[in-house]
Amino acid sequence: MDFILQPWPWYVGGPLIAISLLLYFYFGKNFGASTNFETLCTIAGAGKVSDYFKKDWKERDFALLFVIGLIIGGFIAAIYLIPNQAIDLNPKTVQELTSLGFSNGGNQYFPNEIFGVAAFSSIKGFLILLVSGVLIGFGTRYAGGCTSGHAITGLSSLQLPSLLAVIGFFIGGIIATWYLIPLLF
Amino acid sequence: MKNSRFLILGIFFAIVLSKTQAISWYRFYEMFTFQSFHMFGVIGSAVVISMVFMRLFKSGKIKDINGNKIVPKPKKKGVTSTLLGGTLFGLGWGISGACAAPIFIILGFELIPALILLVGALLGAFIYGLCSKKLPN
Repeated sequence: MDFILQPWPWYVGGPLIAISLLLYFYFGKNFGASTNFETLCTIAGAGKVSDYFKKDWKERDFALLFVIGLIIGGFIAAIYLIPNQAIDLNPKTVQELTSLGFSNGGNQYFPNEIFGVAAFSSIKGFLILLVSGVLIGFGTRYAGGCTSGHAITGLSSLQLPSLLAVIGFFIGGIIATWYLIPLLF
Repeated sequence: MKNSRFLILGIFFAIVLSKTQAISWYRFYEMFTFQSFHMFGVIGSAVVISMVFMRLFKSGKIKDINGNKIVPKPKKKGVTSTLLGGTLFGLGWGISGACAAPIFIILGFELIPALILLVGALLGAFIYGLCSKKLPN
């Protein structure tokens, strides 16, 4: 039980992610997460505005159940499996973040500066999350996948487009963390 | 219901990502600043082990639950779309510390502001759908 409550090292998490992929394919479907953004648009009625969303979402009911599972799993993990959210960050990272104005570096999973309730009352905080979301939704659909679909499924099946996409992920991620975060905070 | 196995798998996947801290904003910040090996270890080992599974799929040693050969869908080709789309996604990921699946997991952590992120992501997918035919591949 003690092991379950401790943070899992990379060599436990990585293989278990691969096993999730294996099971997803074994159950007969293609592993990925970001197509669900489109499916949710279809359910919300986007088909009335654009033919792109005129699809039968019921064909993707399995993926929606997966998404509901993600929410339930997060809930279970947060309540029962993570008694302490402290992260063993590189002291240099903590120092850097403190100088940027992040108050609680590494003591919890998510910084209050981004995921605090202030996001609902401050225009800047709201826009940071909303615009990030738009970039995630637009970018994953344009690229044809996210970390699951491209980085894990695509790279492991040796697909060239996925390599390009992952290079893109890192270009964007590096610009964001090196230049945009210091600008925004 | 036969699809309930995907519900269980979603719960499992969320617990794995949560326990290995692969949903934490701080972990992704560390990854993009190359200050820690952790996330590279997580993603790298997942990819390497998945490669072994892909070989077993290809050789037919592992078949799906219905006995069919497992063939991962080919990704759409296009240098501009994958690189540019990937970069835009990377920007959103780098700022918010969330990629697609973790958005839902973070909601499970009862962090209500993650709803803004989800609404944004749906809006982004919607905008893509509207202009997909006009974008260069």
